[in-house]
Amino acid sequence: MSAKDKRKNVKAEAEIGFVTTISFPSVGSAGQTGSWRIFKPVKNEERCNECLLCWIYCPEACITKKLSINYDYCKGCGICAVECPRNAIQMVKEEKQ
Amino acid sequence: MRLKDLPEEELFLQGSAACQGCPGSMALRVAFKALGRNTLLVVIASCISVLQSPFPVSALDLPVLNMAFASGGAVASGISAAVRRLKKRGVFTEEPTVLVWAGDGGTYDIGIQALSGAAERNTNFIYVCYNNEAYSNTGTQRSGATPYAAWTTNTVSGKQEWRKDVAQIMVAHNVPYVATASLAYPMDFYQKMQKAKSIPGTKYIEILAPCPPAWKFPSEATVQVSRLAVQSGLWLLYECENGHTHYTSGTARLIEGRSSAKPVEEYLRMQGRFRHLFSPEKDEKRVGEIQERISGIVESLKFTAKMREHIMDLEIMPRP
Repeated sequence: MSAKDKRKNVKAEAEIGFVTTISFPSVGSAGQTGSWRIFKPVKNEERCNECLLCWIYCPEACITKKLSINYDYCKGCGICAVECPRNAIQMVKEEKQ
Repeated sequence: MRLKDLPEEELFLQGSAACQGCPGSMALRVAFKALGRNTLLVVIASCISVLQSPFPVSALDLPVLNMAFASGGAVASGISAAVRRLKKRGVFTEEPTVLVWAGDGGTYDIGIQALSGAAERNTNFIYVCYNNEAYSNTGTQRSGATPYAAWTTNTVSGKQEWRKDVAQIMVAHNVPYVATASLAYPMDFYQKMQKAKSIPGTKYIEILAPCPPAWKFPSEATVQVSRLAVQSGLWLLYECENGHTHYTSGTARLIEGRSSAKPVEEYLRMQGRFRHLFSPEKDEKRVGEIQERISGIVESLKFTAKMREHIMDLEIMPRP
């Protein structure tokens, strides 16, 4: 169940007069945090040698172990681009939508 | 052990309410990988209580108990006692790890009494202090961990006192395992967490967490700042097992002379909280004081290591 559905559920529960007071784990608990981003990490497949440093340093768990970047939740902090020893990740400015 | 051997499973979920480049979430990810799903987490009032994000959802895929500031050790003692009792009754097939996650405010200032009590009773739990050297969650007030000359909202011209060392206070409690870690060395932190998991009794691990908004540096420099803290000798990486201390990764290289210490100025210049030391003109006195103190510590460690080698060579004592 997504975070949005869970919030809806709580509203429905409140109408009956019963609310569970425990939070349940969910991806995207603070919304689509990808919208916070100003610069976007773009990976250069040719330069990457799969050292996995970006995976372990990503504070948001947005780079998977198979090294694909999830742009829905990436906040664009830029740690992966700075720490990449082969400069395989470039920070590119987001375009206005 | 290599980076690719680390488990893929993420217990810290994407899209949390943490800031960009948050050291807390970075440390949590590595810690969760080391401890696995069979963990009970106690979170002491800190940024980690906030980054779980608002009710009814949570970014941490573990049973979490959010607790008051002063109660870290006490709550862990209670949970640990319950776990012991339930194990006796045969409720668990595998005993869960009790993990307390607290900031430096909840450890150095407010929580030290409960922590000291739990350590004295040798309660079976892991206490992790992620030390960002200020009360960053409430807007950067000074704490016992704030270093000399650092800016906070209550020390506008720089703190006048030196920080205290809780890791050494915990060593003095004679607990089975005390360690310090850094974000720039994730494998070192991972191995220390795994070791802590395997030892019964109180385990204390402290990790330096450079906080971009509080320390005033760009979000992409979190790991760089952590690395410089170790390379300059400001933050020492060691583990102390039953009273025997040995230094690990970056600090071991520094002490064995395999790498030379970087000047502290490089570390200070990266952070906005030390800007008053460099503009409008450089404060030679205070920068010199910090450098002198750090060099003194590193030199004395080098001397001790050399003396130990020398004594070992004489073969008066058996080698460990």
